Order: sequence, then C-alpha cells, then structure tokens
Amino acid sequence: MIRNDVAITPELVKEHGLKPDEYDRFVKLIGRTPTITELGIVSAMWNEHCSYKSSRLHLRGLPTSAPWVIQGPGENAGVIDIGDGLACIFKMESHNHPSFIEPYQGATTGVGGILRDVFTMGARPIAALNFLRFGEPDHSKTRHLVSGVVAGIGGYGNSFGVPTVGGSVGFHPRYNGNILVNAMAVGLARTDEIFYAAATGVGNPIVYLGSKTGRDGIHGATMASAEFDDASEEKRPTVQVGDPFAEKLLLEACLELMKSGAVIAIQDMGAAGLTCSAVEMGAKGNLGVELDLDKVPTREEGMTAYEMMLSESQERMLMVLKPGMEKDAEAIFRKWGLDFAIIGKTTDTLRFVVKHQGEVMADLPIKELGDEAPIYDRPHLANTHQPVIAPDSVKPPVSHGEALLKLVGSPDQCSKRWVWEQYDHLILGNTVQMPGGDAAVVRVEDGPKGLAMTTDVTPRYCEADPVEGGKQAVAEAWRNITAVGGLPLAITDNLNFGNPERPEVMGQFVGCLRGISEACRALDFPVVSGNVSLYNETNGQGILPTPAIGGVGVLDDVTVNASVAFKREEDALILIGETRGWLGQSIYLRDVCGREEGAPPPVDLAAERRNGDFVRQLIRSGQVDTVHDLSDGGLALALAEMAMAGRTGAIVTSAPETMPLHAFLFGEDQARYLLAVRPDDAADILYEANAVGIPAMVLGVTGGDSLILPGREAISIEKLKAAHESWLPDYMAGKA
Amino acid sequence: MKSAVVVFPGSNREGDVMRALRSAGSQVEKVWHAETDLPAGTDLVVLPGGFSYGDYLRCGAIAGRATVMDAVRAHAARGGLVLGICNGFQILCESGLLPGILMRNANLKFICHRQFLRVERNDTAFTRAYAKGQAIDVCVAHGEGNYTADGETLKRLEGEGLVAFRYSDASGQVTADANRNGSMNSIAGIYSDKLNVLGMMPHPENLIEDLVGGTDGRGLFESLVSSFATAA
Repeated sequence: MIRNDVAITPELVKEHGLKPDEYDRFVKLIGRTPTITELGIVSAMWNEHCSYKSSRLHLRGLPTSAPWVIQGPGENAGVIDIGDGLACIFKMESHNHPSFIEPYQGATTGVGGILRDVFTMGARPIAALNFLRFGEPDHSKTRHLVSGVVAGIGGYGNSFGVPTVGGSVGFHPRYNGNILVNAMAVGLARTDEIFYAAATGVGNPIVYLGSKTGRDGIHGATMASAEFDDASEEKRPTVQVGDPFAEKLLLEACLELMKSGAVIAIQDMGAAGLTCSAVEMGAKGNLGVELDLDKVPTREEGMTAYEMMLSESQERMLMVLKPGMEKDAEAIFRKWGLDFAIIGKTTDTLRFVVKHQGEVMADLPIKELGDEAPIYDRPHLANTHQPVIAPDSVKPPVSHGEALLKLVGSPDQCSKRWVWEQYDHLILGNTVQMPGGDAAVVRVEDGPKGLAMTTDVTPRYCEADPVEGGKQAVAEAWRNITAVGGLPLAITDNLNFGNPERPEVMGQFVGCLRGISEACRALDFPVVSGNVSLYNETNGQGILPTPAIGGVGVLDDVTVNASVAFKREEDALILIGETRGWLGQSIYLRDVCGREEGAPPPVDLAAERRNGDFVRQLIRSGQVDTVHDLSDGGLALALAEMAMAGRTGAIVTSAPETMPLHAFLFGEDQARYLLAVRPDDAADILYEANAVGIPAMVLGVTGGDSLILPGREAISIEKLKAAHESWLPDYMAGKA
Repeated sequence: MKSAVVVFPGSNREGDVMRALRSAGSQVEKVWHAETDLPAGTDLVVLPGGFSYGDYLRCGAIAGRATVMDAVRAHAARGGLVLGICNGFQILCESGLLPGILMRNANLKFICHRQFLRVERNDTAFTRAYAKGQAIDVCVAHGEGNYTADGETLKRLEGEGLVAFRYSDASGQVTADANRNGSMNSIAGIYSDKLNVLGMMPHPENLIEDLVGGTDGRGLFESLVSSFATAA
C-alpha cells in the first residue's frame, strides 16, 4: 500500500514551490492538513505556469472580442470565424525552460503541446510557426541549443505532418541563460464542430486516451515557474520526451472520435497533466470529478497517486464521453493502437476526488482549486525612458553599402534557410508563401481562401520602452499580414519576461501589455489565446522583455497576394508612410555603430491603420503584387531582401534632403511599406495616396543585377546573397 | 484508372498524393494497412510519404512487413503498378520490392527544399509525359534519402536502365551540389526490373499547381492516368 500520510513539513511545502502564505491559504480552504497527493495537486494548480497568479490581473485589460471571435482566451486555443462555415483555431505557447536544459526534447514537446491544444478543439492543424531567441553567438552553449531546438521542432512537426511555415530566429546576450522557444499552431475546423473542455452531465464516463503515463515531467510546470541558477541542469529529469508518432495517431483517433458524436468534452493533458486537465473539465462544467487511478494506463510499475497526478507524460487526452458510446470510442482508439481507459466519472459534488488502490488520496473542492488560486498585484515600477537620438548625432562609421552588407550577413538579419530547411514547410501542398517573406500564406483546403500568419516582436524596443515596444509588436504582426494581402483578424500572445517579483520586470510586463492592448484596440486585432512565461531569469539576469505576437489574417482569394520578391525590371519603387529617419534602437545603430540605445520608434496606430488599409486595398485590387513591410534595418534592408528574393536589382535615385542619408536608408520609422509597381500604375497610386493623405514617394526603379543606393554606391546581388546566406551555415559549422 | 493509397499509422502525405491523383483523373481509394486485399480493380498502388510507425527501428522497416504488403507484393508480381514516394520508397526497399536502402542524409539533418530531377527515361508508365533528360522542379522533404546499394546492385541498376530520376541542377546537369542527401550516383528514384514499381524520394505530388510553386510534378500522375487510358 502506498502511503499517503507523509508528514507535510515547511520544507516539503517549499520544495513544492508554495510560499508559506499560499500554503496557509490552501489549508484554510480545505480546513485540514493536506495529504501529499493534495499538496502535489495544489502545487501544480497554483504555480505561476498554471495559475497565472502574477499576470491574471493585467491580462484582464486585453481586448479579446470582435464579431469574428468565436472563442477568446480561456480554452485550449482561440477560435475565429473566417467565413464559409470555417473556423481558424490557433495558439502560441512557450517551452523555454525545458528547451534550455534539453533542447531537442524541450522543443519537440513544445510543438507537440501546442498541436494538441489545437486539435483538442476539433481542428486539424494546417500550419506551425515558431519564435526562437538564443544567446549571443559566441556563448559556449548557443550552437548546441540552436542545433537541438531546430532539430526538435523539425523532428516533431515533420513526423506529425504539419508544415512549419514561418517563424523568427534571433540572438542576444540577454538570452544566454534563458532561451525562448515559442511554438504556434494553426488549425482548421467547421464552426459547428468545435469542441470545448467544459464537462456536462452527471455520471458521464471520463476517459483516458493516448500514450501511457510514466514518471517523466513530474513538476515540469513548477520548474517553469522559478528562476534558473547554476544547478538548473540537474532539472533534466523534469523534461518530458516527445513522441510525434503517438501524437499523429492521437490526432487521427481524436478527429475520428469527434466525428462519431461520442465526445462531450475534451482536454489535453499538458502542463501538470492529469491534475490540470481533470480539474479544468470539472470546474468549467460546474461538476465534480472522481478518478480511479487503478485504471490509468501506466508505463512503469509501482507509480503512486502523487506521481500519476503530476506526470507530464506526453500525447495524452482526457475526454468526457456520451454514456453508451464507450464501445464505439474504444474501437476507434484500438484501431489506432492507442490506450483507452475509463478512469472516472463526473459527479454533482463539485469535489475533485482521487482514489488509488481503494483509498481516497485526494478530496478537494474543484472550483476553488482554480478560482481561489492566489492572485497578485505585484509591485511594478514605472518604465524609464531613454533619450530620443537625433539622426544628425549619429555619424556613419562605414559607407552605406558596407553597412548594408554587414547587416544582411549579421546573425539577426541573415537568411534563416539553415533553420527552415530542416522543417517540412511544403507538406499538405497548400504553402503559397514559404518562410522568408513577411508572413506565411497557406491556402485553406482547396481555396479560394487563404490564411496569412506571422510571429513578431522587437525585444530591444520593449526593453527601451515597454509601451511603445508592445504596440510595435502588434503593429508589426498586423503589417506583415497586410503586406501579403491578408486582413488581420486576431492574435495569440506569448508573453516572455523575467522574474515578476522584481518590480522593474513587472513594470516591463505591465507596460508591454498596455501597449499591446492599445494596438489591438486600434487595429481591431483582438487577443484570442496566449501564454505567459515568467521567471526567464538566471542568477538574477532576466531576458529582454519579449511579448511574442502570433498574428493570423485571412485572404478571401489566396491567388491574389503579394510577396517581397521583385518580379519585373523597371517597376517603380514606391515608399508608403512617413520617414523621419528614426535611428534610436535601430539595427543600424546597434550592429553598425555598436550602440544599443535610445528611444525606439514611436508607433502611430492611426497611421498604421491608414497606411496598411491602403496597401492591402492595392494588393486586393490586383494593382500591386510586390510589397515588403519596413522593420529591422529600415528601407535599405527591405530593398536588399526584395532584390535577393527576386534576383533583380534596383536603383534608388531619390532621397529626401531633410535628413542624413543613413537615417533615411536605415531608420526604423513604423507604418511603412515598400512597393514595386508597374511603371504605368505608379502615378495613379501616388495620386490615390495623396488623395487620402498618405505619404508616398517614388524612390527609383527595379532592374539590373545590383542594388544601387543614392550616391551611386552599387552592391551586387551576388555579394548580398553570399553574405546573407553564409553566416548561419558557417556559424553552425564552427566557421563563423 | 483506379488507385489505392495505402495508409499506415504515421503516413502523412496520403492526402497530398490523393489530391494529385484525382486532379490527374484517377479514382482514388484509401486502404488501411491491416487489410489483406486491395480493392477490386486496383490499377495502381501508392505508398505515400510520412513516418510510418514513427520511423522507429528503421524507416519503412515495420511498414514493409505490414499485412497489406503481401497484397502489394502480389499486385506487383502480376505486373501491377506500384509507386512509393519518400517513406513509400523506403518501405519498398524494406519490403524487398526494390533493391538498396535509404540511409541518413549526408549532413545528418532533415532537409526540405525545392529540387530539380533529371528524368532518365520517358518510356515507362510513370514518365511518358516528360521528355528524356528533362529537368523537373519538385521538392524533397526527408531525413533518410541517401540512396545506398552494393556495387553489384548499382551496376545492375545502371546497366539495365533502372534509374528513374537523378538529382540535378536546373539545366539537367547531375552535379555534386545538386545531390544534397549524398545518394550514390545521385539516384533519386529507381524502377523494378519490370519497370512497374517506382520508388522515389522527391515529392512530385506537392508540385501540381502554380499557386504552390509549380506544375512539374503533374507529369508523373498524368503519365500514369494516360498509360491506363491507352492500356484499357
């Protein structure tokens, strides 16, 4: 008999990550000393990762509704209506802590978890994206982490059979001790065939599906709720192991089962495994849950109730089935070679009762486990502001051509082909725009619709000014979707920050959220799902504030889209939006001048909207098929990327005299797009822009095999491409 | 023409190839790996891409011994057409229908990219819509595509004209750079002795529309459908 009466000491409570006052709160709630299983359960439910105790208060301010939002935050994933009876279901989630400790498995299980969140709701995943940040290239662990994380993302997604179509990869010393691995999945379902977590009906069978339960991942969510120190590598046993094959079977079996009409509610077993999923199903449905752990399929012998309740073994699901349909459901799961076990039932007691070997191991009030979790209004400092850097005050250390060449071959701006070639980005045969453009474009089934999707944030902007940085992250996602011709519909946010118990970190969090909220409101771009990852901090050094935004938009006719590649010679280059030559926090200032400083570019949300709506209309009317949004590296980098993608050069003949040329070329003013249009259309487009008060100017024409900057400085595309394509493979081979 | 697409646990490109077959004019039916028979009147059996059985043990090793493979071997022995793409090629090698084996890519990484292939002969049921020596633009997506065989097998494949496709550049030149997975003799696909079984690593089924990159893959499916129109 496994003993459940281990004495609960203050040390044991501390080991479970509960603060003394949190433990007292729990004891008061249940009116007695908890059992060890109960302590485990509450530690899982009340840790930062599951309870959002530091962030909940502030997340309430985010706009989460719009006429097209079917399901906002709070479910496994967000759901939006994309027309024609179809829903797009998506979410982004972090797997930062485990990926640092064990990069391959950390990344695979991150991808697996987010795919499961999406198909739990009845959607077939049609695309995956990610957002990755690593430490500085020279750091001794960086290569190993890049290699493992990329292989892990590919290893899972490729086998599962979802195209990984987009993402972002960057480096910064502030991620030396805490990398970011954020995975996003996008799925498709019919609007009348969406499944939710809330259980209904008393006495209905609760069914366990998928892989068996082992001892892996116990306390994984608790690990993700604490800072790292030098001993963190010892936490390797808390990292789970992914099995994409099992997940693929689980996907097919779940979708088949959903079609059969047997499913009342479904919840995947993610963080805190069986505990979290069972409690959520009951609590959301206002029902109690009774589990008999003797029925749980286990991989190892002698597992205790405590271990089963906290295991984070992957590829598992919990369902409430319609009574009488157990046999049909079991047949489907057996066909796919998966475990199927009835492990409990719903009750009307509102208690969470866990039995093992005939004994009650836990008996807790189910609603309160979630609702009564601590919530903190943590002290937060007002954001400090950096001075605005006047364009004139920055002297160019090298020629503009040299600067551009340096930037295209820099770790952050170089081609990430080495990464995305390890991801199957073509499976399903619907990838209209591959990685490397502004946003990925994927056809919806056989068309005519398409979805545009992207992941964005500029962490150095968020560090310098959290509010503007938060706005910019949303605006850039919106702009990237617009630049391919998509109508931006909604976002998922993955809020990666340091230790929230430090007031300056909490200040960054609060500031970024304010900016995100403002931008979402102004752009009608609500948040429908998300994840908060705090404690990304090692030995007191936190990451850059990194609220990654995953945006999704719709193209009514996917054949009408724009891409970055120059497509013809003699197209006119038109710059849309106002350029002031903003060099503060620019890539130019950082990577060419060696100064990471200044106020980041302000975001004028009205201008974003006006300029973006104008560009989208040009794409949708078929007038324009070549567009790039201007972001890191400004106009010059956009020109280079468009030239390289289209293997066609360009000559820039005009530049305003109101600012230094390097500020015009490399400034990172927001709300701007570069268009290449047929020469006959240029005048019309300028006229239309002028008529609605949108700044627009002709810069030059496409053609030739070089990029020629004002002042006649020419850089061959071949040279640009060589620099752009070589850095990452050379670095990974130990040559850079 | 009637095609049967075999689905193993872990197959994941069955939908892609079914779409390509249908758009070329074939009837298509899915066949579960545990079946003992193929649907009546099956002209072509397709083993699609994916990670059957998770690629555990060895790619294609478990699927090569699946129940349905007896029926596939019998179909092939009767002269019936069999097409294995990617994991399907690996399964054909493991099931004994084709010689050789697919090893880890030379760089030990999964690679997904557009890839030109040179069509080595156009007098088979699979390639008649192409020109001999034509470079077709398709894609690859595999971790184990490095075709390897013993010297004698290789000599026989070359001597008897059983190499179907080779990795090439856009002009059809077979170069070392174009052979990214390190396959012997740049082999991307091979035929069985009777030319009725084709195994290939690249994915023609993903290049059947301009919207998603091009139409060079169509020829393979159109060849199959048209060869049936003539045969029947």
